[in-house]
Amino acid sequence: MNDTVSQDALNTKLNSVESITEGLGSIGYIASRRISTAIFIAQNLTKPILVEGSAGVGKTELALSAAQWLGLPLIRMQCYEGLDESKALYEWKYGKQLLYTQILKDKMGDTLSDTEGLDEAMDRLHDFGDMFFSEQFLEPRPLLKALRQKHGAVLLIDEVDKSDEEFEAFLLEILSAYQVSIPEIGTIEATVPPLVFLTSNNMREMGDALKRRCLHLFIPLPDAKLEQRIVASRVPDIEEKLRRQLVAFVQMLREEDLKKVPSISETIDWARVLLLLHADSLNSDLVRDTLNVLLKFEQDIAAVERGIPELTRKARKA
Amino acid sequence: MQQTLENFLRALRAMEVRVSPAEAIDAHCTVDTVGYANRTLLKDALCIALAKTEDEVVRFDDCFEMFFAREEFRDRDEQKAPDEISPSDSNLIEDHPLAEMLLGGSETEMAQAMEQAANDAGVANIRFSTQRGLFTRRILDRMGLRDLESLIANLKRAEGTDATLMAERLEDGRRYLFDEVRQYIDRQFELYARSAGEELRAEFLAKTNLSSIERRDFERMHRMVRRMAKKLATRYNRRRKHTKRGVLDVRRTLRRNMAHDGIPFETLWKQTKIERPKIVVIVDVSQSVAAAARFLLLFLYSLHEVIATLRAFAFSSHLIEVSDILKTKAVEDAIPEILDKIGFRSTDYGRAFADFEENSMDALDRHTTVIILGDGRSNDTDPRMDLMRQIHDRSKSVIWLNPEPEPFWGTGDSEMHRYKTFCHVARTCSTIQDLERVIDDVMKSYFRT
Repeated sequence: MNDTVSQDALNTKLNSVESITEGLGSIGYIASRRISTAIFIAQNLTKPILVEGSAGVGKTELALSAAQWLGLPLIRMQCYEGLDESKALYEWKYGKQLLYTQILKDKMGDTLSDTEGLDEAMDRLHDFGDMFFSEQFLEPRPLLKALRQKHGAVLLIDEVDKSDEEFEAFLLEILSAYQVSIPEIGTIEATVPPLVFLTSNNMREMGDALKRRCLHLFIPLPDAKLEQRIVASRVPDIEEKLRRQLVAFVQMLREEDLKKVPSISETIDWARVLLLLHADSLNSDLVRDTLNVLLKFEQDIAAVERGIPELTRKARKA
Repeated sequence: MQQTLENFLRALRAMEVRVSPAEAIDAHCTVDTVGYANRTLLKDALCIALAKTEDEVVRFDDCFEMFFAREEFRDRDEQKAPDEISPSDSNLIEDHPLAEMLLGGSETEMAQAMEQAANDAGVANIRFSTQRGLFTRRILDRMGLRDLESLIANLKRAEGTDATLMAERLEDGRRYLFDEVRQYIDRQFELYARSAGEELRAEFLAKTNLSSIERRDFERMHRMVRRMAKKLATRYNRRRKHTKRGVLDVRRTLRRNMAHDGIPFETLWKQTKIERPKIVVIVDVSQSVAAAARFLLLFLYSLHEVIATLRAFAFSSHLIEVSDILKTKAVEDAIPEILDKIGFRSTDYGRAFADFEENSMDALDRHTTVIILGDGRSNDTDPRMDLMRQIHDRSKSVIWLNPEPEPFWGTGDSEMHRYKTFCHVARTCSTIQDLERVIDDVMKSYFRT
């Protein structure tokens, strides 16, 4: 009974693009039309979403916000080189198995003491079945955990481009059929298919097989209007005038030739810093002192430094 | 409606957005979910399901706008706007649907008729610009042009001003229809066939000799070479482990299983790590290879974009390291700058190797692959075989790619045969296709060890 209710509630939340935009907005994630459409389609087609975009545009945040809004548990798996299935899917609890065999040794001795001959003892042992390779001894890792959530979950596979290609191939089963195979137990299917987000920074090109199984969402850097709304929602205390100026400044910075242009997360950090400093409008000195929040490379800072008065002047006019 | 979607997918494929059958099914499901009613929703939804890279998103947007642009007929000139059709007129054109439509029908009505005819004629199959006339004709035929023409002929022969006037009006109408259909065909050609021509040209370029590639193809070449370099790099630019099956790594197994009282639950096998390739490229940009130099640098640039650990050198008489120029400059600036600095002088391989030894020999170790791009023509100066031997001995392998065909090696001032002794591979490489094949071979053999 409870299950169907929560499932229905979920479906109502996800039943139109507008309601998704609104819902994500209510917890402070300003979603563009494409983002909401992606979630809508993902829900209807039961497909994972591969989210791409430069660092700090809110890829991971999208999954976090979606989980929070839908009231589903978020299960996160950070990918890295060398990640394998024993860390991603499941692991046997070796220690527990060992401990149990020790404890049960006497008991087993008793049980087997009245058997005659090795064959009979063996047969009796077989009757116990796969006692030590059953679910009690299974340590679920993120992927398995996500599949076993009763009411569904949001599964975030973060920075999938950092994992090895072998691991990417391993993901295919879970992404297309929402099931995993464990040799000792069998195939485990998802009770409710989780909403899956994969994020990628384009460290390497993802394989075609993976891409084909996913919906593709590219999050670009936002335009000024959208960015103002995002800052307003994340740093609500900031005054409108300052907000307009700082967004204009960041937008201009993105036009420059920089190693790493500031993205949304940097803008938000900067807004917080300015708020802490009780600034009410931009000026060259203030910008110069806080530029390291926006730019993370020495060369970038050096390149911009000379143009600060000019940029500030323009931003103040905005 | 299914036909429409299929045609759209075909147009997408023509625009180099890859759509597999599985994705086509996704597209159909998506359309079922969102419907055709809301255009922006449809566009976003299909884009998310079909376009899988940033570039593809851009191409998808273009294609969508072009494909679903409503086919509309231009408004006819005011004077020629259809007059009220008098009863006597309507007698003249009775039972001739096309004539009736031309005189009395609305633009939308005609557009619909044309699209219908175009679908029947299979416009989506258009491939070459020479087919445009053919398809125009087919569409017009299906709309009933023949009937119209015989009607006009009859009217001209007939007596009376009414008929002559009518014939003139119909001829105007026919001209107008002709123009519209031709424009429609042009748009369709743009949609379905533009990239077919592009592909053909790329294929042709790949087989053209490097020295005869023209300046204006440079941009296209750059795209091709970059794509190739990227393909090669993704295939080879990762560290791979190769498990030696069946050989237990006792030390690591014991360490890993300490937690289990030393009982080996988890077994670890000996494996060899294959390191990422370390590559040093030396490019000849002198007078004798002038025609190919630009291309060789282009290749170097693309390779540098995808293999971060690459070190690059260029020389004609002196040798300089160009890694920094490649790293910091855009391609259109980098190549002229290198050529300015060092290019088009007379070649001196010996001198170049001496420079290399003096400044950069420590770049070579037993993991390094050295790729030399050049013709081995040293203007009868000392070829410094001793240094070539040293390069050979210090590095893992030496590959020499020569733009000249093999029979020319060793003729005149070419020292290629002597250099060849110290190369693991020496090949001719005069087209892009050659280059791709050679590099692929090299990488393969490199990883087999």
